[in-house]
Amino acid sequence: MELLHDIYLYLPAVIVAIAGLAVMMLSAFQANHQTVLWTSVFLVAVALIRAGADLFAEAGYVFGGMAAVGGMAAFGTFIILLGTLFTLLLCHDYFEKAGEYFSEIYAIILFATTGMIVLATSTNLVTIFIGLETMSVALYVLAGSVKSDKRSIEAALKYFLLGAFSTGFFLYGIALLYGAAGSTSLEAIAAVTDKGLIYWAGTALLLTGFFFKISAVPFHMWTPDVYQGSPTPITGYMATAAKTAGFFSLMMILSRALESSHVQWSEVMQVIAVLTMVFGNVIALVQTNVKRMLAYSSIAHAGYALVGLSAGTLEGYSAVQFYLFAYTIMNIGAFGVIAYFERYRDLDLTELDNYAGLGYKQPLMGVLLTIFLFSLAGIPPMLGFAGKYLVFAAAVQSQLILLAIIGVLTSAAAAFYYLRVMVFMYMKTPATDIQLAPVGTVYTLALGFLALLTVVLGVMPWTVADILAAF
Amino acid sequence: MLSLTWFLALSAILFAIGTIGVLTRKNAIVIFMSVELMLNAVNLTLVAFSSFMGDIHGQILVFFSLCVAAAEAAVGLAIVIAIFRNNLTVDITKIKLLRW
Repeated sequence: MELLHDIYLYLPAVIVAIAGLAVMMLSAFQANHQTVLWTSVFLVAVALIRAGADLFAEAGYVFGGMAAVGGMAAFGTFIILLGTLFTLLLCHDYFEKAGEYFSEIYAIILFATTGMIVLATSTNLVTIFIGLETMSVALYVLAGSVKSDKRSIEAALKYFLLGAFSTGFFLYGIALLYGAAGSTSLEAIAAVTDKGLIYWAGTALLLTGFFFKISAVPFHMWTPDVYQGSPTPITGYMATAAKTAGFFSLMMILSRALESSHVQWSEVMQVIAVLTMVFGNVIALVQTNVKRMLAYSSIAHAGYALVGLSAGTLEGYSAVQFYLFAYTIMNIGAFGVIAYFERYRDLDLTELDNYAGLGYKQPLMGVLLTIFLFSLAGIPPMLGFAGKYLVFAAAVQSQLILLAIIGVLTSAAAAFYYLRVMVFMYMKTPATDIQLAPVGTVYTLALGFLALLTVVLGVMPWTVADILAAF
Repeated sequence: MLSLTWFLALSAILFAIGTIGVLTRKNAIVIFMSVELMLNAVNLTLVAFSSFMGDIHGQILVFFSLCVAAAEAAVGLAIVIAIFRNNLTVDITKIKLLRW
């Protein structure tokens, strides 16, 4: 009976896992793409509603302390499912145009989502490892899902080799912490008092594994290539849902297992946050490819979130959660518009030069991209501004003033490369006449809804922040 | 009986060899083999801890990590085959459509 009750409490992940299996069977019986797409969308929407209800439920543990439900875990699940839902809606048009469209893609996305939810809610190193790997293995496949595109396959190879490499560090960290604590549960690790070489080496290796997954400098080498080469909606998925899952798991470990060594890891985290913000933004300035530029921008955004983590306070953690929510909404939107421009034109390119005059060719898409990029740049009253404000405010409260100043300065510099896209879209005359196809209704509605959320929640950020403060 | 330190030292050495292999080799399959060496070095650590502490959880984690390694091998080799079909090589220094 208790098992059934636990499954009921853990329903969002269970629904997504069952959806993955169901969709795989549908593909095996050669159902058409629309059936598969709308089955997945429906089941993910059900899971999303359930996760939304969980936000107000009591926080607790399920499966004998293996995973958490309610509170922070529920919010992580909610963000991941939100990202997945919009990825599903946006990838149909893209893959149809790409010429290689297998309906198994939906099953793989759902399996990756299951892994992400497990990763974000786990409170035991064993389940964290399983969640991380379920997610990663599915993402390796998704990165290379357009087999005829050399860049897609190359992205998959690079992602796979570096991902597997980082798994080695991650697992070694788990093994050493297990040795130091005598158990893999986060509580047992928090109770370690005799902190010797094994404990510190384990902590360092585990954090290294995480830094790889959230692409913090200097472990970011794979990010630009993988993000540029992967199919664009999948890039959006990796940059938002996967990163959110990694950050939630990191927060779970930092707040529950490594609380007592906060002073030590906070210093490391501050150095990495500064490196990530400065490096990500500076390299993004010189990019000429929009997708690659957004990849570096996503590295920089991981840096802002790390600022909130360095604070290590309750305000810091809830600011990071808000930031990830904001980042998921605006980044999926931005990648969605880029995916449209990339595939619905004669030139199959994402180079910035080809964006000249596109804002007038397809005014709606131009406006949507402008909203998302303004939000990413952190210009008020967009959602991105509220996120940045909360993160830096939490840093200042914990006396990390220098860190907050560097963050604000780098995000001011970042406005340059976001605005440059707008300059190309609206102020340059195109060299050749480019024909854009009309946008699908679902595509427009999905992107329009994301833009609406970006603006409305940007004006009223307390609606979300209040929920987070109640955890 | 040997002390725990010997087992930990052996697995640390194997892990270091694996890491060096990943960083220096150019053939994608050899790099993947080095990654497998790293994972198996970790498995050795886990089994050693598990056995010396008389706690079964570490050995169960080894089963999970073996499964994960198998899943990674399946996906990884498929990707290597795809890359070979496209480029007729698995030398990672020659696969540079995207700047490293």
